[in-house]
Amino acid sequence: MDFEIPDELYYTRDDEWVLSEDDSVTVGVTDFAQQQLGDIVYVELPSVGDQLESEMAFGVIESVKAVSDLNAPVSGQVIAINEELVDQPEIINEECYGGGWIIKIKPSDEDEIETLLDADSYRKIISKRST
Amino acid sequence: MTALKRTPLYDAHQRLGARMIEFGGFELPVQYTSIREEHCAVREAAGLFDASHMGRIEFEGAAAIAAADGLFSRNLAGLEPGRVQYGLLCNETGGVVDDITCYRVSEESVFWCVNASNIEKDHRWILDHVASATGVHNASDETGLLALQGPASAAILSRVGAPDAAALRRFRFARMQVADCPAFVSRTGYTGADGFEIYLNSDNLPQVFEALLGEGEPLGLLPAGLGARDTLRLEAALPLYGHELDDETSPLAAGLERFVDLEVGGFIGADAIARDRDAGLDRRLVGFVLEERGVARAGCVVARAGETIGRVTSGGPSPTLGKSIGLAYVPVGVTEPGSGFQVVVRDRALQARVVETPFV
Repeated sequence: MDFEIPDELYYTRDDEWVLSEDDSVTVGVTDFAQQQLGDIVYVELPSVGDQLESEMAFGVIESVKAVSDLNAPVSGQVIAINEELVDQPEIINEECYGGGWIIKIKPSDEDEIETLLDADSYRKIISKRST
Repeated sequence: MTALKRTPLYDAHQRLGARMIEFGGFELPVQYTSIREEHCAVREAAGLFDASHMGRIEFEGAAAIAAADGLFSRNLAGLEPGRVQYGLLCNETGGVVDDITCYRVSEESVFWCVNASNIEKDHRWILDHVASATGVHNASDETGLLALQGPASAAILSRVGAPDAAALRRFRFARMQVADCPAFVSRTGYTGADGFEIYLNSDNLPQVFEALLGEGEPLGLLPAGLGARDTLRLEAALPLYGHELDDETSPLAAGLERFVDLEVGGFIGADAIARDRDAGLDRRLVGFVLEERGVARAGCVVARAGETIGRVTSGGPSPTLGKSIGLAYVPVGVTEPGSGFQVVVRDRALQARVVETPFV
């Protein structure tokens, strides 16, 4: 199978992507994750203002058959959540890197972003798991 | 751990890009493209399932059939050739050993279609309760089973040389050629849709599978996996052994009294079930819909006023209704449609309402 893995993003081993901008990061799940999950039917989101520790579960994503935790890629405060996913969780299947973003975090430690995977490293991990 | 079994269609599933999972000791497709698409294909056109994991146990001769009758919850002696009945095998305490379909092939021949996870258990159960093993044969390995389900099923069968299938009524079956292979075609299924189950020699499975897929495609047929099989049977409120039924659960609590013939009786468990009926049940299986966002899954606690009153046995999204649905055992006081309770999903108590089943 082919998976879209944009070069400009960071990744986690939990199949999340991270877009780093000025003083916030946007988080979603990767093409690999959405294909593995299948038809997504429900996303449980945190509240704006919640404090997250990196690797802590901040939400849940459910497909018809599977339930998967969403884990914070970095520590910080939730500054936005994608409200559209409440009524239309299938957006994640349709455009996981665009309209299917999940939350935005204001990182408490900018250096944590550098500990995430780059696109090449993530590609290697995926190619091992999908064979 | 023993190796997973594969059906003769394993290569075909791989070629179709199926994602495989373990089920009942077999490696089977959970989905090809999308559970939702496969589900909707069955409701609107047709879906084709590899159900070859299901077991088949044959009874030949009067003595073997009499022994089968002594284990089956319905009156096998009154079942005419060409008819199929759903029923149960029960234990002495009235729990369910397995839920099965019973095919009367002729006066001298009967076979049972049994759950994959229970093939060995059922075979042992039979051998432990017959005077002689003569005439009892576990034909599971040499039998293949395809389930062609959905409103377009009869039209698809006519395109592969089996136009006679359309004349079968529900719960009837007949011998006929399907794609030039000998088969038993049965108007039954596990989806709540019209459709057929096609019993074949396992060697012929790939040929018939490919012919049905090819001829069915223009009519909207999709290959469908276990994921859709589960969402479909849940919408139809059909029980799944190990979820709604097990060795400790009464068929009456599961709402299966129609399939337990206590008037004729004479099968193992009949006395215990009759006692349960007379004593009255303390819990029953109900269907519910969630009135809040979320997904109820098997194992979730059912609560009322902060107290645990039951447990969800099956749950998930209903693609047809666009709601979360489920089945749960609850005390008899809260079984009426409209009754409310909460389903606890990851520490959140979600409001649920009892509804009539089937859900669709």
